[in-house]
Amino acid sequence: MTTEPDSSAQSAEQRGAASATVPPTDGPDGDPTRGSTTGGPAPEPAALAPPPAAPAGKATIGKADVAFKNLTRAAGLGLLALIVAIALFLVLRATHALGQNDGNFLTTQEWFPNQDPPKFGVAALLFGTIVTAAIAMVIAVPVAVGIALFITVYAPRRLASPLGYIVDLLAAVPSVVYGLWGLLVLAPHMKGIQLWLSDYFGWIPLFRADSVGRSFFVAGVVLAIMILPIVAALSREVFLQVPTAHREAALALGATRWEMIRTAVLPYGKPGVISASMLGLGRAMGETIAVALVLPASFKISWNWLEPAGNTIAANVANGWGEANDIGRGALIASGLVLFIVTMIVNIIARAIVARRRDFSGSSA
Amino acid sequence: MATRIEVTGLTAYYGKFKAVSDVNLTIEPKNVTAFIGPSGCGKSTVLRTLNRMHEVLPGARVEGRVLLDGEDLYGAGMDPVNVRRTVGMVFQRPNPFPTMSIYENVIAGLKLNGIRKKALLDERVEESLRGANLWDEVKDRLNRPGAGLSGGQQQRLCIARAIAVEPQVLLMDEPCSALDPISTLAIEDLINKLKSSFTIVIVTHNMQQASRVSDATAFFSLEKTGDPGRLVEFDKTSKIFTNPSEKRTEDYVSGRFG
Ligand SMILES: Nc1ncnc2c1ncn2[C@@H]1O[C@H](COP(=O)(O)OP(=O)(O)OP(=O)(O)O)[C@@H](O)[C@H]1O
Ligand SMILES: [Mg+2]
Repeated sequence: MTTEPDSSAQSAEQRGAASATVPPTDGPDGDPTRGSTTGGPAPEPAALAPPPAAPAGKATIGKADVAFKNLTRAAGLGLLALIVAIALFLVLRATHALGQNDGNFLTTQEWFPNQDPPKFGVAALLFGTIVTAAIAMVIAVPVAVGIALFITVYAPRRLASPLGYIVDLLAAVPSVVYGLWGLLVLAPHMKGIQLWLSDYFGWIPLFRADSVGRSFFVAGVVLAIMILPIVAALSREVFLQVPTAHREAALALGATRWEMIRTAVLPYGKPGVISASMLGLGRAMGETIAVALVLPASFKISWNWLEPAGNTIAANVANGWGEANDIGRGALIASGLVLFIVTMIVNIIARAIVARRRDFSGSSA
Repeated sequence: MATRIEVTGLTAYYGKFKAVSDVNLTIEPKNVTAFIGPSGCGKSTVLRTLNRMHEVLPGARVEGRVLLDGEDLYGAGMDPVNVRRTVGMVFQRPNPFPTMSIYENVIAGLKLNGIRKKALLDERVEESLRGANLWDEVKDRLNRPGAGLSGGQQQRLCIARAIAVEPQVLLMDEPCSALDPISTLAIEDLINKLKSSFTIVIVTHNMQQASRVSDATAFFSLEKTGDPGRLVEFDKTSKIFTNPSEKRTEDYVSGRFG
């Protein structure tokens, strides 16, 4: 966990792109913190080139080489086989449930997999997942970038290093802790903000509300709090890497500090910030417990984001797994696979955004 | 368009460390003034005090006065941002903005000044790139990344970027130290051309370069490490290189020291 900022900052530097997330494929126990370890690096060792033939006099070294090669190859292939087996198992369970489905899985808004005939669909869940994650991103990313910029550019040096240290520490705390804090401490006070929003911005349909409560908005805010530290920590790391030469180039042209940020710091850090945001997004979309506790678990596509309504894929898994029968679990697995696909699509889009101006990425200089 | 710089009693610190002490000199308009001296004697430091880039570093501060056409750069109410728009700078290592195209690099400073009109920008880009002797080499690829040029071209791009905002003074800190002899000559030609419109101050370790391009030369030195650097002698370049009044200057320019 503590090494995370480093490695992703580096990946941002080297590949420019958002390598960000191995999405939490909400498997059997739907545990978000475990999800990300399952899809680890798979087939690389297997692709190892065969070592050059050892000269005669060095027979022992040759033997060790061969043994090592076989070992790594076996490990690599084994891991690959395991992943394929898991994927196959999940897909089989999912297709079995989908075969029994009386409704259209993609468009149905209900979730009754345990009745006969089962009828369930991921539409409302997917909607809720995307809306809550989007709200979280809209709130968290600008704030996180602001915090990172403050620490790297504005804060006096005596303040900057302790602040950076604190942010790194905060990022290492499991996000569910923030989620619970948001839920227990913040959410009860959200009513006022929501009323205010609906009073003054009610003319925007999204903010219209007959009654406010455990809404998408509250869930989005809780998610924002959860992902804020990690996005801020990674962005800080990225901004620290902006070479002094570029900052000074901007200043010497007569840039103010803010103009220097716009000319030198932000463009250089953009790929890294995007990949940090993708990591945050992956967490927001895969979060189970906090969202399950906020949202009323209603299966409805609601465009009034301050009203108590909605559910997300991950929260639904957490809520429904216990009492689900065989078909029910298959249905939940199918919804998890949809989440996986969505995360993948978002990542691909982010990579494309970064790659569009690859020639211009900072790493070439 | 060009400006006289008078430096009086200039002392520069990095935190508690006094890097240069009590520098007095006058830089004539439309002249090239060279700063020479052994490594660590404070040439870069003095140069960076001339456009208030010194204070950008944490803990760095300056005492004394720098008058630009009679106006104190360090006077109350003087905005460093405005100073830097009047006194441009080219750094030792070429530092074009890596995320920008050649075109965008040249207009970076203009955009800070709020100039947005495409026609005007186009005109300034061509003018500045021609001024930096780079136009013919890049006119067909203005939208390619600036970081994709050769080192010498990048340095000329940085010069174009600096002169695009039409400063009155141009400071150059070892602009050729990362370049091959051909690119170095190109830059020296450029300096000769630029001095008709700008006051130029250049730091260099290359004696031939100093004698080739400059009208006046300032020789800095320091007694021993840990001591602040001082201005030893400041005079016409021809005098410094043929008949200096200080023994230390003579030792240095003839290669017997440093
Ligand atoms: N950022 C800094 N922080 C602390 N001390 C510095 C800093 N930059 C320079 N110094 C010190 O100030 C003194 C003068 O440095 P300066 O860079 O001006 O020398 P210079 O004459 O330009 O040398 P060179 O020819 O090697 O570029 C040196 O003793 C150097 O160690
Ligand atoms: Mg120097």
